[in-house]
Amino acid sequence: MTDLMRRMLWLPEQASTFASAVDRLHFIVVTVTMIASVGVGLMAFAFFFIYRERVERASTPIVNPGARFEFVVIVVPLFMFLWWFVVGYRDYVWYATPPKDTFDVYVMGKKWMWKFAYPEGPNAVGTLHVPADRPVRLLMTSRDVIHSFYVPDFRIKQDVVPGRYTETWFQATKPGRYQVLCAEYCGTWHSQMWGEIVVMPAPEFDAWMADQKRGLSTRVDTGGDDGMGNFRGSIVEYGKRVAVSQGCLKCHTVDGEPHIGPTWLDMYMRKETLETGETIIADEAYLTDSMIDPRGKVVKGFKPVMPTFKGRLTAPDTAALVEYIKSLHSNSLENTPSKEAVYEPAGRH
Amino acid sequence: MSQPAVIDHFEAPTDEPEYKKINYLNVDRGVRSWLLTLDHKRIGVMYMASVLLFFLVGGIFAMLVRLELTTPEPTLISANTYNRAFTLHGVIMIFLFMIPAIPGIFGNFFIPLMVGAKDVAFPRLNLLSLYVFWAGAILAVSAMATGGLDTGWTFYAPYSTTTPATTFPALLGVFILGFSSILTGLNFIVTVHSLRAPGITWMRLPLFVWALYATSIIQVLATPVVGLAALLVGIERVGGFGLFDPGRGGDPILFQHLFWFYSHPAVYIMVLPGMGVISEVIAAMSRKNVFGYKMVAYSSLGIAFVGFFAWGHHMFVTGQSVLDNGAFAVISMLIGVFTAIKVFNWIGTLYKGSIAVKTPLLYACGFLFFIVFGGMTGIAVATVSLDVHWHDTYFVVAHFHFIMVGGVIMAFLAGLHYWFPKMFGKMYHEGWGMTAAAFIILGFNATFIPQFLLGNAGMPRRYYMYPERFTALNVASTAGSSLLAFGFVIILIYLIFALVRGKVAGSNPWGSRGYEWETSSPPIKENFEVTPVITRDPHSYQNPGEEVEHVVV
Repeated sequence: MTDLMRRMLWLPEQASTFASAVDRLHFIVVTVTMIASVGVGLMAFAFFFIYRERVERASTPIVNPGARFEFVVIVVPLFMFLWWFVVGYRDYVWYATPPKDTFDVYVMGKKWMWKFAYPEGPNAVGTLHVPADRPVRLLMTSRDVIHSFYVPDFRIKQDVVPGRYTETWFQATKPGRYQVLCAEYCGTWHSQMWGEIVVMPAPEFDAWMADQKRGLSTRVDTGGDDGMGNFRGSIVEYGKRVAVSQGCLKCHTVDGEPHIGPTWLDMYMRKETLETGETIIADEAYLTDSMIDPRGKVVKGFKPVMPTFKGRLTAPDTAALVEYIKSLHSNSLENTPSKEAVYEPAGRH
Repeated sequence: MSQPAVIDHFEAPTDEPEYKKINYLNVDRGVRSWLLTLDHKRIGVMYMASVLLFFLVGGIFAMLVRLELTTPEPTLISANTYNRAFTLHGVIMIFLFMIPAIPGIFGNFFIPLMVGAKDVAFPRLNLLSLYVFWAGAILAVSAMATGGLDTGWTFYAPYSTTTPATTFPALLGVFILGFSSILTGLNFIVTVHSLRAPGITWMRLPLFVWALYATSIIQVLATPVVGLAALLVGIERVGGFGLFDPGRGGDPILFQHLFWFYSHPAVYIMVLPGMGVISEVIAAMSRKNVFGYKMVAYSSLGIAFVGFFAWGHHMFVTGQSVLDNGAFAVISMLIGVFTAIKVFNWIGTLYKGSIAVKTPLLYACGFLFFIVFGGMTGIAVATVSLDVHWHDTYFVVAHFHFIMVGGVIMAFLAGLHYWFPKMFGKMYHEGWGMTAAAFIILGFNATFIPQFLLGNAGMPRRYYMYPERFTALNVASTAGSSLLAFGFVIILIYLIFALVRGKVAGSNPWGSRGYEWETSSPPIKENFEVTPVITRDPHSYQNPGEEVEHVVV
């Protein structure tokens, strides 16, 4: 029933603990609204017919409301609206009060991108990784104008205001990818200020976070200028555009089909044997190297035909391509087991 | 008291309709006689010409926005052009159509007629308000056209104080327009207090006058604040003061408080006059006394009063305190109660009436549906937890278009068709009137119901490009808007035809008992031959000598 209502109303998935509470009240409010408005419209139509003009310029009786009628038309809507208020406000207070033990992330909005920073170091542009079933608090500010951090699947939205921090929180219930939109008009590419929240099962998230802290990621903090010009969507989507515009996909496939170059599907963290017999892991460093100096480490079985993209790719383009390649994995969020084997650290730092 | 002037005239339906040969339209001739006129009716007609022109322009930009949104990728225009287009649409529709339309046209034309006066209290001020309107409008539109204003009609700081577009002249235009609105409001308040004809007590004021009286209070009290806000943004731009820009020590949220302190009551500046029109039309078309006249009259004042304290519901997600959010939410609920009273009383007015379904009543019926749906979705977005999801999405866009288009424009069209024969002495073609009404009501639903669903699905407003999952609903909405636009084209054609070759309407084609129908059509320059003395209610439909039933529900 809930799911049917949700689909009929075009509501997105309920992917946070807040979403189901919001939708429950939403269904009641929308149902009453539709009944009341259609009822009033039909009643007017019915009266048009029942009391249609039978004699031109007829006299009509004087009809006025009595005290009881007046009481009812005031009290019934008043109590109904107050009831909605009480339920809605209760839910809102719950939403406005983050629990004590949240996982905190700093969010910065700027034209036209989202930047995320974990308190212990790692940061990211466009994509926020969070654990499922754990409360996550976002501490947000803006570098330029007002933005608004909006995740439809979580039913949350919070303005991001320059000069002050605002906060919001959520607890994601299902692993998956959820779109972040900017909801406060912020200029030319307001409509493209998208990001993505990747919700991972808690254990996987912990592993991912540990990797991040070990400096596995070569992702560059792009700082003041993201260099992406008119930023379109998440960094992964941007990477896809770079791949198309630079012609990468003429030789590399993204669906596992063999072609002139190695397929990008599942390439990230793949163990590859080179022409030299050496084995490497296709990590960010290798991927970046191969764009700049493609003939340096050619995978066995492929010809050294790839031209260099040195000077043709900006730093953010490179980062975005790497992110795009990382996003191409056949079994969703699973990392390949080789990763742990190779990067097993000597000891926790 | 000798009674030659007593208005208690019952026109028999068989009377041959008469077109008043010498009337306010032709008594003085030449452009000069129009531009320097002090006649409230001519000023109303000039408001009509100006405001309808702006409605056309605003409508063209609306269609441009809708066409652009037929595909998720760029379709027709660039991102910056799109941002300018929705800004032009918003600013023109709000400041140059919605706010001046019903008060400027019907208020100016009919308030003096409805209180049995020769003119408004300050005829020169009235003419001045029109010139101030033109000055502000020309400044604002030309500034937007040349400066590329792209802030949206809300001018949110610090975007508005940092955008490369030229904002100052446009803001100055809005500031000037505010004075026009204040002058009109002031004029109406004084007119209603001091120029009522003998016999028109407060409880015999037509409900349209009550509604405009409440509107005028808001205009006089709230407009200065938006003028102030616009001016402060301008000063910050030009002088570099840090009022709203946090980079210079200002507070961007302060701007929103100032802006909504006016712009929320401004919603009632737009919608209350519409409610007044609907009260008149429903009473006249159903030949019934208005059910619960006092409740309808006082609820206008109630909405005007409470409307001042609800502005913070536009700011639930700005980081405003939880307590403030709760307070603004509760107050907003009260507006719904006052509106509900009006809706029940309009339905009650139809009860036991003698209803002739004509074009104005079709619009009134559309209005009833839209105001309930639009109003209750307003209550829904004032429910804080729901607003978190809906805020700044197409749900809000659809909600306020239900109130602005579904409410105000339906009321405007109802009033236009109801009063057209009085204003110009000619009758439009009823069949075409009904046809256009059907197009407009259906087209309106087809345009905006998909937008509610878009909001549910999570599409933010002011989006030039959008994720592909929103395509179907956007296409549906654009298709609906073409029906709506087609309806307006039909109206334009048959009304122009009616002006030129329409049948003579006669002084009272509807058999209405409103005082304005007691003079000729079109009215003479002085409104009434002699000062009328009123001995009955404006909405009483009891023929003399007939005993009628008194019912208390």
